[in-house]
Amino acid sequence: MSDREASEAKEITGGVHRPQRHDSGHKHVAGQAEYVDDVAEPNGTLHAYLGLTERAHAEILAIDLQAVRTAPGVVDVLTAADIPAHNDVSPMGKNDEPVFAENSTEFFGQPVFAVVAETRDQARRAAMAAKIDYRDLDHVIDVADAEAAGAPLVTEPLTLKRGDAKAGLKRAKNKISGRMRIGGQDHFYLEGQIAMAYPGEDDEVVVLSSTQHPSEVQHMVARVLGVPSNAVTVNVRRMGGGFGGKETQSNLFAVVAALAAKKHGRAVKIRPDRDDDMTATGKRHDFLVSYDVGFDGQGRIEALDASFAARCGFSADLSGPVTDRALFHADNCYYIPDVQFTSKPLKTNTVSNTAYRGFGGPQGMVAGERVIEEIAYALGKDPLEIRKANLYEAGGRDVTPYHQTVEDNVAPQIISELELSSDYAARRRNIIAFNRDSRFVKKGIALTPVKFGISFTTTWFNQAGALIHVYQDGSIHLNHGGTEMGQGLNTKVAQVVADAFQVDLDRIKITATSTGKVPNTSATAASSGSDLNGMAAANAAGQIKTRLIEFAAKHYSVPAEHVAFEPNTVRVGDRRIAFSELIKQAYMARTQLSAAGFYKTPKIHWDRATGRGRPFYYFAYGASVCEVSVDTLTGEYLIERVDILHDAGQSLNPALDIGQIEGGFVQGMGWLTTEELWWDKKGQLKTHAPSTYKIPLASDVPRVFNVKLADWSVNRENTIRRSKAVGEPPFMLAISVLEALSMAVASLDDYRTCPRLDIPATAEHVLFAAERMRAEAAKRG
Amino acid sequence: MTQIREDIRFLLNDSVVTTFDVRASDTLLDFLRLEKKLRGTKEGCAEGDCGACTVLVGRMLDGDLVYEAVNACIRFTGSLDGCHVVTIEHLSGADGRLHPVQQAMVDQHGSQCGFCTPGFVMSLYGLWMTNPSPDDHAIEKALQGNLCRCTGYAPIVRAAKAAASGTGVKNDPLVAERQAVIETLNQLADGSRVECKCADDPFIVPANADDLAVILTKHPGATIIAGSTDVGLWVTKFMRDISPAVFIGNLPELQKIEVSDGKISFGAGVTYTQAYETVCRHIPQLAQFWERIGGEQVRNMGTIGGNIANGSPIGDTLPPLIALGSSVVLRYGDRRRNVPLDAFFVAYGKQDREPGEFIERIDVPLPASDDRFAVYKVSKRRDEDISSVCCAIRVKPGEDEMVDEAVICFGGMAATVKRAGRAEQALLGKPIGEASIEQAMNGLETDFQPISDLRASAAYRMLVAKNLLRRFVLEQNDGAGAASVRRGAAA
Repeated sequence: MSDREASEAKEITGGVHRPQRHDSGHKHVAGQAEYVDDVAEPNGTLHAYLGLTERAHAEILAIDLQAVRTAPGVVDVLTAADIPAHNDVSPMGKNDEPVFAENSTEFFGQPVFAVVAETRDQARRAAMAAKIDYRDLDHVIDVADAEAAGAPLVTEPLTLKRGDAKAGLKRAKNKISGRMRIGGQDHFYLEGQIAMAYPGEDDEVVVLSSTQHPSEVQHMVARVLGVPSNAVTVNVRRMGGGFGGKETQSNLFAVVAALAAKKHGRAVKIRPDRDDDMTATGKRHDFLVSYDVGFDGQGRIEALDASFAARCGFSADLSGPVTDRALFHADNCYYIPDVQFTSKPLKTNTVSNTAYRGFGGPQGMVAGERVIEEIAYALGKDPLEIRKANLYEAGGRDVTPYHQTVEDNVAPQIISELELSSDYAARRRNIIAFNRDSRFVKKGIALTPVKFGISFTTTWFNQAGALIHVYQDGSIHLNHGGTEMGQGLNTKVAQVVADAFQVDLDRIKITATSTGKVPNTSATAASSGSDLNGMAAANAAGQIKTRLIEFAAKHYSVPAEHVAFEPNTVRVGDRRIAFSELIKQAYMARTQLSAAGFYKTPKIHWDRATGRGRPFYYFAYGASVCEVSVDTLTGEYLIERVDILHDAGQSLNPALDIGQIEGGFVQGMGWLTTEELWWDKKGQLKTHAPSTYKIPLASDVPRVFNVKLADWSVNRENTIRRSKAVGEPPFMLAISVLEALSMAVASLDDYRTCPRLDIPATAEHVLFAAERMRAEAAKRG
Repeated sequence: MTQIREDIRFLLNDSVVTTFDVRASDTLLDFLRLEKKLRGTKEGCAEGDCGACTVLVGRMLDGDLVYEAVNACIRFTGSLDGCHVVTIEHLSGADGRLHPVQQAMVDQHGSQCGFCTPGFVMSLYGLWMTNPSPDDHAIEKALQGNLCRCTGYAPIVRAAKAAASGTGVKNDPLVAERQAVIETLNQLADGSRVECKCADDPFIVPANADDLAVILTKHPGATIIAGSTDVGLWVTKFMRDISPAVFIGNLPELQKIEVSDGKISFGAGVTYTQAYETVCRHIPQLAQFWERIGGEQVRNMGTIGGNIANGSPIGDTLPPLIALGSSVVLRYGDRRRNVPLDAFFVAYGKQDREPGEFIERIDVPLPASDDRFAVYKVSKRRDEDISSVCCAIRVKPGEDEMVDEAVICFGGMAATVKRAGRAEQALLGKPIGEASIEQAMNGLETDFQPISDLRASAAYRMLVAKNLLRRFVLEQNDGAGAASVRRGAAA
């Protein structure tokens, strides 16, 4: 018995609700944390590189790969003809996303072939030597052009409808129509896409992939190679960031590596250069939202009819559920009596857009908040007043456009607490006074709330598995279906298991995600990682505990109720037995010390055809206040101060949750401010590297950045330790930045005109909005 | 007779590397990861913009050993002859104990996915060595070249502060080994020229500036490489052949900074970081602007001479240097000629430099005490970004405050950095005020036909260019901050 176990510590180290450090933190800082590219390659490892098209839309007349094949170091060139089974990696089974394009290119940068060479440098140089003849076809890049041209849809649209929006609009005293352009966003995970495949016996292959969705990678590799899923094992220790960009986009790379590895019987690694990664993989969807809102004299919304056109790119990918989720979040925290939302998932000749933190939710929500702004400026009121007037409330104003009742509405409490703690009212008064006296520098402040639905809207994805082994020495091996991309999922799940067994956290070994250990997993996405995998792990721990209790009760002849797990010990009647001692005894008594856990989210259901159901188990909430200063001569601005109050329920790990909130906010801020995707006339994305695509820096983060958890919030649903999901919701807290900029600009016309600031609000867009305000003011005289 | 050797020698962490097997285009990052299997240093972008590959390079400068954070992805291995390369693997103790900077990052939850983390640790380590108690501004400046997508930076800034309050300088490897490293580097500096003849991709490291002049007369088409913050991308992004390459980054004669006779003379190899203190002292109007050139790693590598030699229409230093009336000294063999900077840029991608010539020195006249001088940079992101529009204005008031001389120079408005002739003309003989500036603003319509690209539209460029003239007047009359927002100003 160790000293630690002998001592009667009051609590274990690293249990739930504690600010435990990230399990890999000490390895990250020492450069010892291994990513796929850091794993030692077997002798003879080959390197693959993709050859991409250079037309946005064209027939491919001829592909001349002679110079590629004869380039130094080249071992092979793979094209569609080399694929044994299906030339397709479409995640929704639509058969619309080839691994290698054959007869036509649908976007600038579509993969046509892969070179396999002795070194990556040789493969990359060889890929440049291809000659492809094209016959150009018309291309559509922009979402507005696609909508105007009546472009086809990549997947079935959705309509959410409650009441009669058209009739409501007709009845309403005040009406406004408008449009909002919402830009996309590159994930800019610091570790780019990568995969390494090891050929095995018979049809077997093992793939190391930087993916959020090992099971899907497994299925895709099996599908393309034409082998059963049991031949393919996918392992993920960690990713250098994902953010949705490795939910489906890692499939292509894993498939190519596996294809080459099986063909040549050698390990194959593939890692695109950053520019090719940004060119050839999908991003956040751009939207063009058109809205008609009717409201009363107090600013209460009476009816809202809105359409959400999205740039989906050339294939469906996840555009269906992404555009669905935009619709699910356009109401945000507000009740709309007569409402209709329609999605238009438009096909464009751009890379196929995909999952990105919030999954369409941010685009829907920011459009909803624009509608609030429209009403506020039209009525000459503080937008916060309009927000409060429209909040969901019990007793008739609590049903969403998808007919789910909002049962856990903590938005009013969060808003009122934050309004007070941030001193919103006085600061707004001071800012209005400042703006009166300042000729060119203008300030703005905004408070915006967030309500985000938690659960995959594809109901069957809401399941998870875990695997726990307790070894004879009392050490614990933990595995689950979630993947670690920096969010600290492994730490949280280990905390849950430590708490269940009441052992110190360092007794638990966190192991790489593997399709061979936990099968049929869902993507680590939709903020669901801890909710699903934490519950599955708790379930596995519970099974083992039940057996241990049964064993101890029998062995020591005490009633089962007299066996209790206490810090690093098990109390059995009057005895206190060290955990590891009890494990040894249980093993000797032939007790099974391994368990596979399982969890499925209860209560949820969704009928897409009727637009009715309960797609979300619960909602996560938050709110933020942002203050900005804008130079209205250049449009340059500073984000001066941000205050956040966020609802993570009873947080499993407050330190990691604060990290998700700070990080999510800043990422959202980037989307709304400096991150601009820009295509040239040929349809080539020209912002394809950090030199041209500008994510926030340390010096863009507000110097005053107060982040607090609403620690009073207890999830009313029975989630893992009453916590709430926290991956995506904080991203949308950044909407306050956009609205603060909007207010600063609106000051130029005495806050009487909604500036209709589009996204991203680059200095350029801010300046032109300021010019519009000046023109409006001049018209008034 | 110059001694010639065919290998390069440098100190990597605690051991000397001697190798013949280096090509001109080989990068330090590939050397570390592929040759030495030191895989703590990561590749995030391969263009010097994300900082995941940050390492420290120590070099002898004026007899002192100086360590600077650099981007290993665009640093050529051949340019490291005689240097000390320090990677993340060198930081922790042999017993695995973390360095105070690393420990602070762990304690403050400064890593999430961890991929950018080694680069951040190295940047913070570089800061920690030179500035034991940095303020917010110093921390943000040190981190301008490091991207993190997970944390939102707040915990990393907290870690930088926490590391400062800690102790442990004594155990720091670079402090403990300092004398030994200086001795090793002095031994490596044997005064030889290096000619690495690996395959078809050779490079030369001259022994000194005279040797460089000799080499270039023999290889007039050679690629001259100082900081490689631009040429690095020719290799990593365009896979261009840069051989024969001549690495001039460490030639002492090109590192000189002299202030005399109302001017500063910068050797062509002076980096932005080296120049910073002199610039701040003598031309304080450039101080804030200078901090917005690239990120810290780029400023540690990139040189004023390189910025000029490349002649990019968006080169940051060019508008202010032209506005100040700077000139360059070009050398071919022993022949030297002086060219005013505004005559040096002939057309897009074409400068007044003959094959075999190199920029030896830049002479920058100091603004007169009554000169009104300002420089503005507008970019999509404030720091570590390329200008959408860059503008430098110098106005000399004469009798009765009427303008005697006006130089207005823009970057980002034409195919080269270019003076605004009409706008300058509009100011002459008039007082500096809103009336005269309106005419100058209108003059810009004739002076420039900017283009639309990924950084800004033509319309935005033109409007901003005009408004920067207005900002200049407002600031002259109402003081700094009258028409701009500056970070920290509100605090």
